[in-house]
Amino acid sequence: MRDVLAAAPKRVWSRLSRKTLADPTREEFWAVQNLSFEIRQGEAVGIIGRNGAGKSTLLKLLSRITEPSTGRIEVDGRLASLLEVGTGFHPELTGRENVYLNGAILGMTRREIKSRFDEIVAFAEVERFLDTPVKRYSSGMYMRLAFAVAAHLEPEILVVDEVLAVGDMEFQKKCLGKMEDVSHGGRTVLFVSHNMDAILRLCSRVIHLAKGTVVDIGPTPAVVAKYLASQNEQSAVIEFQQTSPSDSLRRSAILLKAEWPSSETHSPWTIPYGDEISFVITVECREPIRAAELGVALYAPTGTEIASSTSILALPDLELSRGTHHFRVTYRGLKLVPHSYSFGVGLRSSFGMEDYYPKAFALDVVQSTESSITKVDGFLGYVVPDVDYALS
Amino acid sequence: MNQSRLVIEAGKAEQHYWLDLWRYRELFYFLSWRDLLVRYKQTAIGVLWAVLRPVLTTAAFVIVFGRLAKMPSEGIPYPLLVFAGMLPWQFFSSALSEASNSLVLNANMISKIYFPRLIVPASSIIVALGDFFISLGILAAMMAFYRILPTWHLFLLIPFTGVAFLASFGAGLWLAALNVEYRDFRYVLPFIVQFGAYLSPVGFSSSIVPEKWRLLYSLNPMVGVIEGFRWAITGTPSLVYWPGFAVSLLLVALITLTGVWYFRKTERAFADVI
Repeated sequence: MRDVLAAAPKRVWSRLSRKTLADPTREEFWAVQNLSFEIRQGEAVGIIGRNGAGKSTLLKLLSRITEPSTGRIEVDGRLASLLEVGTGFHPELTGRENVYLNGAILGMTRREIKSRFDEIVAFAEVERFLDTPVKRYSSGMYMRLAFAVAAHLEPEILVVDEVLAVGDMEFQKKCLGKMEDVSHGGRTVLFVSHNMDAILRLCSRVIHLAKGTVVDIGPTPAVVAKYLASQNEQSAVIEFQQTSPSDSLRRSAILLKAEWPSSETHSPWTIPYGDEISFVITVECREPIRAAELGVALYAPTGTEIASSTSILALPDLELSRGTHHFRVTYRGLKLVPHSYSFGVGLRSSFGMEDYYPKAFALDVVQSTESSITKVDGFLGYVVPDVDYALS
Repeated sequence: MNQSRLVIEAGKAEQHYWLDLWRYRELFYFLSWRDLLVRYKQTAIGVLWAVLRPVLTTAAFVIVFGRLAKMPSEGIPYPLLVFAGMLPWQFFSSALSEASNSLVLNANMISKIYFPRLIVPASSIIVALGDFFISLGILAAMMAFYRILPTWHLFLLIPFTGVAFLASFGAGLWLAALNVEYRDFRYVLPFIVQFGAYLSPVGFSSSIVPEKWRLLYSLNPMVGVIEGFRWAITGTPSLVYWPGFAVSLLLVALITLTGVWYFRKTERAFADVI
C-alpha cells in the first residue's frame, strides 16, 4: 500500500460568505496546504495537532468526502473511513436492522455483514435488545453497537477519526484492544486522536499537523513529546476566568489566579525534571469564611488524575477574612516523568464548594541532566518514586 | 497489491463516478429499505395512511370539482376520473418532496462517508413508489366497483409512470442540490406541491382548458402524465393531447439531464456546505 499525498490543499469558503449569494469579499481559506507524505502497507500512523490544524480535512480528503482543490492522492487497496461511529443509525430501527444499514453505509456487502453478525452482536453485548428500536437503547449500548459494526470492517486501509472516546472505560479498553489487533493484523491504519496514550500504544509513526501543513513526522514517542511541549505557552500569571457559570459554586470566595515564580533559565510553567514544583494561588474572599480548604489535583496528559492534595492537613480549621490571600503550594520530592501535566484547583469552606477550575493551568516537565543520568526519559507511568532496592 | 489503485485529484472524481454508482447499489437498496421501514413506524394505523391520504383527497376533489363546480366528466365516473389523476399526482408530489429534502435529511451521512450522492435522492423516491403501489390497489378496487374492464391499455401505466418518475427525479435533483446551499427551497417546495395540485388536471379533465392554451398548459409535465393515466384506465385515447405530450416529454428529458448535470456539478461541495 502506498499513500502519496502531494500538496493536496483544500479550498474551503468561509462560512460567512457562503450565506450571501454573490459576495465579492469571499475569503479564501486553505484548510490543508503543502502536505506530502507516504505511508507503507501495514503501518499504523497517528495524526496529531490542535483543533483546526487540518486533521479532519485531511481525513475527509483521503476518504473522498470532499474533493481536493489541487494535489494528488494515491491509494492502493480498499479504504474504509470511520470518521464517526454510528453514521446513519436510524433511531426507529431495531439493533439488528441498524447493523445491516450501518454496515452497508460503511461499505460492507450484505454477505459480509451476515457472516460477521454474531461477532458484532457479541462484541457490543446487546444480544437481548436486538429487536428493540435503538432509540430505546442507553447511550452506552448505542455507542457499543455502533463501534462494534465499525470494528468489524475489514478493509486494507482504515482511516479512523477520534472514535475511541465512546462508552465507559471498560469498553474504551476493549475498543483500543480491537484497534491494536487491527493494526497488528497487517492492515494499514491512519489514526487521528487527541488521546496521546492511544497514539503511543497504536502507532509506530506520527504526523504532527499545524495550520494545514506537516510540522513534524517521525517515530511516535519523539514527535508526541515535541508536540506536547509546544502546546503550552503560558504566561507566569494565569488569571482564572469562569467560562460556564455553575449553580453549584457559591463563589463568595473565589480563586483569582495562579502565579509561577520567575525563573531566568526556563519559561513559566516549565521545570526541568527533578526540580521542585511550587506556585502561588491567590484567593479573594468577598465575605469571611471558615474551614477553608484549598485543593489541587494533578492530571496526566491523558486526563487521568494522578495526585490530589488539599490544604487541610497543613492548615486545619483555617479561617479567612475578607480580602485576598495567597497560598504557596509546594510539591516536595515529587518527580514527574517529562510530559505535559495539568492542574485543577478547587476551594471549599464550611458552606460548601466555593470555586473550582478542573483545568486551571498546565505544567511542562522537560528533560534535565538528572533525567538523562537516571534514564527516566523513556519511563512508562508518570511518577518516579523514591524507592530503595536492596538484596537481602 | 496493485489490484485497485485509486487516484484522488481535483476534478478527477468524474471517472469513477458511474462505476461507483454501480458498486454502491447495495447502499441504494439499504437506504430505500430503511425509508420504507421507517415510513409508518409508530403510527397507530400504519400503512393504512397510504390508503387514507389519496382516498380522502380524492373525496374532497370530487365534492369540489364534480358536485359543486359540476365539471365535465368525459363519460367516466367522476371519482375514477379524479383518482386516475390523483394517483400520478400524489406519486409525483411525494417523490419530489422526498427527493428534495433527502440530502438535507441525510446531512450527517454526507459529511461523514463517501458514496455517490445520487443514491440519496434516488432511493428516497422508492418510498413514494411504495405508496404508489398501494394506491394502484385502490384503483383496482374502484375499477371493479364501477365495472370498468381493464384492456391492454392498462400496460400504458408503466411508461406514463416512468415519465412521472423521471419528472420527479429530475426536478428533485435540482431542488435537492439547491436545498443544500439555499434552504429557501425548503419553503418553496410546499408551494410547488400545493399549487401544482390545482394547476394540474387532478380534479378535472384537461379538456376544459381552451384549445389555444393547451400547448402552454402542457408545459406542466404532469398534464401529459395524468391524461395518459386516464387513457390507460379507460382506453379512450382522445383524453391525451399529443402535441402537448411531446412538449412534456422534451421538458422532462431536459429537466432530468440538467438535474443530473447540476447535481454532479455541486455534489463535490455538498460535504462542505451542508
